[in-house]
Amino acid sequence: MNARKTEAEYTWKDMEIGCIVTEPGSSQYYRTGDWRSQVPKYTFSRCIKCGVCALYCPEGCIGTNADGHFQADLFWCKGCGICARECPTGVISMADEEE
Amino acid sequence: MGKKVGMEVSLAIAEAAKMANTDVVAAYPITPQTHIVERLAELVANGELDAEYIPVESEHSAMSACLGAVATGARTFTATAGQGLELMHEVLYVASAMRLPVIMSVANRALSAPLNVWGDQSDLMAVRDTGWIQIICENGQDAYDNTLCAFRIGEDKRVLLPVMVHVDGFYLTHVIEPIEIPEQDKVNHFLPPFSYPLPLDPDKPLTMGAFAPPILFSEAKKAQEVNLRAAKPIILECWAEFAKIFGRQYKPIEQYRTEGAKILLLTLGSFGETAMAAVDKLRDAGQSVGLLKLRLWRPFPFEELRQTVSGAELLIVVDRALSFGGPGGPAFSEIRSALYSEKKRPRILGFVGGLGGRDLMVAEFEGMVKRALEMKPSGAEQEFEMYGVRE
Ligand code: SF4
Ligand code: SF4
Repeated sequence: MNARKTEAEYTWKDMEIGCIVTEPGSSQYYRTGDWRSQVPKYTFSRCIKCGVCALYCPEGCIGTNADGHFQADLFWCKGCGICARECPTGVISMADEEE
Repeated sequence: MGKKVGMEVSLAIAEAAKMANTDVVAAYPITPQTHIVERLAELVANGELDAEYIPVESEHSAMSACLGAVATGARTFTATAGQGLELMHEVLYVASAMRLPVIMSVANRALSAPLNVWGDQSDLMAVRDTGWIQIICENGQDAYDNTLCAFRIGEDKRVLLPVMVHVDGFYLTHVIEPIEIPEQDKVNHFLPPFSYPLPLDPDKPLTMGAFAPPILFSEAKKAQEVNLRAAKPIILECWAEFAKIFGRQYKPIEQYRTEGAKILLLTLGSFGETAMAAVDKLRDAGQSVGLLKLRLWRPFPFEELRQTVSGAELLIVVDRALSFGGPGGPAFSEIRSALYSEKKRPRILGFVGGLGGRDLMVAEFEGMVKRALEMKPSGAEQEFEMYGVRE
């Protein structure tokens, strides 16, 4: 993952035939987190670990953290707020992204 | 030597696709292309051609199915015309940008409205910028030969681009001509099996047709542009190899009686055959007239054009399509632009004629030369006219 070129480093000569992507799963390197204008904040004491937020997240970026709570990976989280809306116990609230 | 047979040109094109051992045909019938795909369906049905024939519900689906077929590494052929070509328009860009060498015969036809199914090159001009290699045929032999060449050119690993082989609807598709059909082993020798370098394969997954954000899109387009231009020497190489094996040499611009000609006619497609007869008559009458026949439309043969017109004083471009409200016929406009930077260039005039199946006979080509000589050397309104329209 570290040795790969960033998008901005690709020249036209680096393009594979027909822009075919030869590496399976390479979309994981695409930082969609920088599209975000809001960020999920958690009150984990209310979390019942039901996983509903992870099911609804359109980005598929919610996994469990060390405590077994469901939490977004901000590399991909687009800040859509769907998880906050769907959480049955009100764990998640959306705050403005700082930078 | 192969045998020369009297054959309808549509059937000869189907024969070329058969002898190329096409793996997949996906097509939708439309006049005047119908006989090509009808014949291919027959060849698949009777077992003469071992291919998958996909009877799709539209031309948009035809081209889409062709993309999928080539992506698996299958040699793929289709054909269409006029409105059908327009219906597949958006998919044409995908074929070239994804470097999928679909080979397609286009039976050039007018675009509606008014509804008209006859010969015209409006469809050809509407797909000018789709990124395909485009070859325009003059007669039946040319159509057979260049259908074979199209497979070799498009599938070449240095090219990998789709190729359109244009044949004038009815003027070529529906006439019977003496056509030399070569022996199968010679065709096999000329045309190596297709091997797509990155085919769809469950054991080696890859993504085709991914999106490119603004930071990559321009790089993708530059790569495509460089690739299409770089195809030209390979097209010339293919035609040279074809000449060695089959004895007929094709060029990006064919010249007919151009030695020392002060006046040059320039035509695309089957007009060339009629214009040759007009040039013969004018030469016999002592006029210094020659003919250029533009065969390679994309990539455009800039160098050859500059060379072939360098000695002429007047160049008359005859278009079978109109650019409404624009600078005259599309070929006329391109040719004028291609010569603009030349220090010494002929005066360039354009005629648009033969639309929607209107015949232009020998007398009309003679008439255009006469009319061009009457037209004033400057003044935008005099630079092109529609020829043969009743006032
Ligand atoms: S805000 Fe949207 S993208 Fe981010 S974790 Fe919640 S559902 Fe997923
Ligand atoms: S939906 Fe709410 S309660 Fe359920 S796992 Fe997600 S954060 Fe916890």
